[in-house]
Amino acid sequence: MKGSMNIDAALFAKLGSYPHIVLSWVDDDGYPTQTAATFRGDEACGVVVVDPTGLAVPTDRVVNATASHIRPQPGTGYDERRYVSLSGTVSRDGDAIVLTPTRAWGWDEADVPFFEYSERSNAQAQQYMLALSEEQGREVKPRLSAAWTFILATRLPFLTATFVPVLLGILVAAYHGSFNWWLALLTIVGGAAIHIGLNVANDVFDSLSGADDANVNPTQFSGGSRVIQYGLVSLSQMQAISIAAYAVGISVGLILLVVAWSPALLAIGIAGLLLSVFYTAPPLKLVHRGLGEITTALGFGPIMVLGAYVVQTGALAWEPFVASLPVAILIALILYVNEIPDAMSDAAVGKRTLVVRWSRSTVTTMFLMSALAAFAALVGGVVTGVLPAPTLLALLALPLVFEIYRGIRAYYTSPYKLMATMGKNVQLHAVFGLLLVVGYVVAIAADRLWDSAPGVLT
Amino acid sequence: MGMMPNTVEKLLESALVAELVVLKANGEPVVHPLIPLWDGERVYMTSSVLFSKKLERIKRNPRVSFSITDPVAVGGLMARCTIQGDARIIEDDIHTSWERVLQLWRAKEPGIDFFLGKRVALPLFFERSMIEITPRRVLWWEDGDTSKPPQVRELQEVAA
Repeated sequence: MKGSMNIDAALFAKLGSYPHIVLSWVDDDGYPTQTAATFRGDEACGVVVVDPTGLAVPTDRVVNATASHIRPQPGTGYDERRYVSLSGTVSRDGDAIVLTPTRAWGWDEADVPFFEYSERSNAQAQQYMLALSEEQGREVKPRLSAAWTFILATRLPFLTATFVPVLLGILVAAYHGSFNWWLALLTIVGGAAIHIGLNVANDVFDSLSGADDANVNPTQFSGGSRVIQYGLVSLSQMQAISIAAYAVGISVGLILLVVAWSPALLAIGIAGLLLSVFYTAPPLKLVHRGLGEITTALGFGPIMVLGAYVVQTGALAWEPFVASLPVAILIALILYVNEIPDAMSDAAVGKRTLVVRWSRSTVTTMFLMSALAAFAALVGGVVTGVLPAPTLLALLALPLVFEIYRGIRAYYTSPYKLMATMGKNVQLHAVFGLLLVVGYVVAIAADRLWDSAPGVLT
Repeated sequence: MGMMPNTVEKLLESALVAELVVLKANGEPVVHPLIPLWDGERVYMTSSVLFSKKLERIKRNPRVSFSITDPVAVGGLMARCTIQGDARIIEDDIHTSWERVLQLWRAKEPGIDFFLGKRVALPLFFERSMIEITPRRVLWWEDGDTSKPPQVRELQEVAA
């Protein structure tokens, strides 16, 4: 563990795994000096007994004793980094040197992975860059290209969560005979803008609540974008981005309302906007109350699918609602699985997500049941005749469910090992959604073929 | 004044880790394991701003030393050494200044290119300061037996 260590049996056990130790002290000329030595820990007396050294180790000053290890990996570098440092005074016992440690610290990447070690040091980095800014008379901060900063800050790759339901709504409408390119494009732009506004607002509120700062195990799928924590974008800049994105989204929504007026569209738009804003914003803070999954399911499921459908057709229908159900479940499961590594930091700031509330086995079982329910909803929709048969193509994504389930079971408490599983989970939603969309394209194409077939066939 | 002994040069060229000692404000020594990079004249180490306490300490007191002691981390060489010197922090641009020693770094850790490719995911790790150490005195043990007195060579006048 990085940081202070108790001077106890565990420390001596760790020390015992090193073949030698390096003693360091300050010479009379003011320069530090060092020598390696063999040693043994005397746990009973709480001291380290060092074999005689050719360099005289002084007994009138503080001496540091450090044992370190690294395993070379030819062609790449090294791994297995670890070290233990002790600080104390030394005395003589015959020829031997006896170090009585008063402090101990160290790091072992097997206990604290390097990424977590780095996250724990984030405050130190910010403090150093602030001091350097004063020293150099100019702002010193980490640099990233504007494009990458934008992609990170907005979490752009997650827009698949918007594209899938909006495309689905548009295609169901097309299947029903209504399709307008410009309205489709505007719907995608509006949905993406609201999604970006939500992502950025989520970072703003999680930074204000301290949830993102408390999270020392962020991954590319969880723990927020980190651009505020890393000093890449300021809190006020993030607020501005969020407001601008919402402004674009609302403006597009108003244009759609004017062009394709319907009371249903107005209701859907308002519901979507409110769910998006109050996902993390006070006073509702829905995600803090264990309502994050249901909010996400509604927003990126029925609301987006029905919204996109109503824009094209001007009316509500059952089919887009039924088609949205599996997509809703799978998008909620992205949030749900991503909350696993965040559970400790979320709990620390009172963010009572489902993963925080439930036991490990409940969380794991509920994933499997919910994912299977999504596939069952699709089959049910087809069997009852609400959805066209080609949408069953989405069943091809089923094996991913079991891969993800196994990953969650195996790596529940290892955030970095869980990353691949979280990635697969994002894939599950995207692959299922795109196959559903392809299913509709096939259904539309089949309909067209049927309509244009020679009379003998009809 | 003298040249760096051949034995020590070999250690510097092959070592994957050295135990750098810097001094705290109260004068106590603190050890930081780092990769030493030798250009034939000076030793360079780099430090991310994430782990910058050592940099603050060097700025306060530039007198440092480092040792190379682990045969496993030097390709099986048995010799050991300690080098005392004066350190200087180079950080006119923490985003790019350290790239001057990237070739030397790459030679010891080829995998660094993989991480550089993922720089966007590790933005703070690659904001780095360079520690330039001018060696003043070298102590070395040809056979690695530190129970015997080391050989000592003064490389430059010790700063007053």
